[in-house]
Amino acid sequence: MAVQMSTAAIGDGGPVSAPKISLRDVTKRHDTQLALDRITLDIPASTFFVVVGPSGCGKTTLLRMLAGLDAPSDGRIVIADPQPGHPQNAMVFQGDSLFPWMTVWDNAAYGLTMRNVPKARIDDVVGHYLNKTGMYGARTLYPHQLSGGMRQRVSIARAFASDPDILLMDEPFSALDEQNKTLLHEELLRIWEETRKTVVFITHSVDEAVTLGDRIMVMTAGPGRIKTIVPVDLPRPRNVVELRHTPAYGELVYDIWAQLREEVDRARSREPGSKA
Amino acid sequence: MSSARSPSLWSDRTISILSPLVLLGLWEICARTGIVDVRFFPAPSNIVKHLFELASSGALWRHVGASLYRLIVGFVVGCVPAIVIGLAIGLYRPVRAAFDPLISATYPIPKSSLLPLMLLIFGLGESSKIAMVAIGVFYPVVINTAAGVRQIAPIFLDVGRNFGASRFNMFRTVALPGALPLIMTGIKLGAGMGLVLIAIAEMVGAKQGLGYMIWNAWELFDVQTMYVGLFVIAIIGFVMNAGFDALERAIVPWRKG
Repeated sequence: MAVQMSTAAIGDGGPVSAPKISLRDVTKRHDTQLALDRITLDIPASTFFVVVGPSGCGKTTLLRMLAGLDAPSDGRIVIADPQPGHPQNAMVFQGDSLFPWMTVWDNAAYGLTMRNVPKARIDDVVGHYLNKTGMYGARTLYPHQLSGGMRQRVSIARAFASDPDILLMDEPFSALDEQNKTLLHEELLRIWEETRKTVVFITHSVDEAVTLGDRIMVMTAGPGRIKTIVPVDLPRPRNVVELRHTPAYGELVYDIWAQLREEVDRARSREPGSKA
Repeated sequence: MSSARSPSLWSDRTISILSPLVLLGLWEICARTGIVDVRFFPAPSNIVKHLFELASSGALWRHVGASLYRLIVGFVVGCVPAIVIGLAIGLYRPVRAAFDPLISATYPIPKSSLLPLMLLIFGLGESSKIAMVAIGVFYPVVINTAAGVRQIAPIFLDVGRNFGASRFNMFRTVALPGALPLIMTGIKLGAGMGLVLIAIAEMVGAKQGLGYMIWNAWELFDVQTMYVGLFVIAIIGFVMNAGFDALERAIVPWRKG
């Protein structure tokens, strides 16, 4: 029932190898509709964990529960206590989530400001991440003066600047064109490789999953269950464009797509108007 | 702004400046040629002349000062609680459940019909006039503020919660700025309503103010003074609106266009 925040080890893990995030039989019902069915999962620290699945499989619901924005209907979510002075998580939302009434700078500084971090420190950290995302020059602009790609970069800077233990990313690039997406993948990997934070990243793109992830969890069509978890043993640091030319990359994309395809087909066959 | 649009905007503005001037010109001609009865419709030039006479004698300023004082105090008294209550209604369901029926039940009452009640409660002094303005300002501001909060996209509330905003900071950084464009709309409507009500309130049991001036002029059949009062109210309304427009541009800089 409850989301517990504790370092207590679960089962036989032991304190040393205690996972950062652990789910036990996590179930979510929207009214009577089963959205997520008994998800049991451990995510170790410093892992870039990617979740792929067909639309409506409960990916976003899962992430919202990890963020504490929704509670599970059943089961337990245990998330390790954050290091002192850090928030447990920060989310990069799907779609426009920057406050239209704040400048780029104030948006990026939001998490730190809410925690009353000293101003000198905020200036340092926010300046750092706006530089990293190439948005420093736009710091006095308002979101409506930016393109979609620029807004999503600020949103990423906001999450990193908040310096959380865990980053939760909900299809952050889905609304962007291919070129912007590739550039942002590069930026994200560069920043991530510096910080090595635990990331849970939701996407419907297999390419994106293989490019970014350490492990890829494929979900079934609703109700969402774990279909398989595939390790990605591609070396880091990764060069996004080069990576896509390697045979290992192609095989992984092929394998995961084959798994996902069954689920997409199942989801489709249930749509009204499809052949039985 | 596209270059194709700017000339038409310019001519829009020109038309809106010219139209009242043309009307005043026609009125002047009709008054001078005797087409209209100058006892009821004195020539605008005479009204302006009389306005300067009243201004230099100090009588006009006394009335304007009294009305503006009541308007400003009443505005603050009505506006501040309206914003606070409106934000709370928008944010918290129980508050909405408590206030919504009260507001929907009392909103349709014509505010001018409350004047006798206000006189009963507050007497003939300043308080009853201030209360009338405050009531007029309160309703549009509270209704628009609550609507302003409710139209904030839920994702912004999620962002606030996710980044650890306290209850106070949810008010300050999400609800208030998110509702601000509609709050400004409510404030403009409320200020207009306040101006209507102060004129009415001053017609009963006041010894100064523009409403009193107009009513007194009617009783003395001093038609020119009556028109001066109407002119000055129109000017106050116009300046007030322009002022709020400028304020809106300053405090809602993220509003496009």
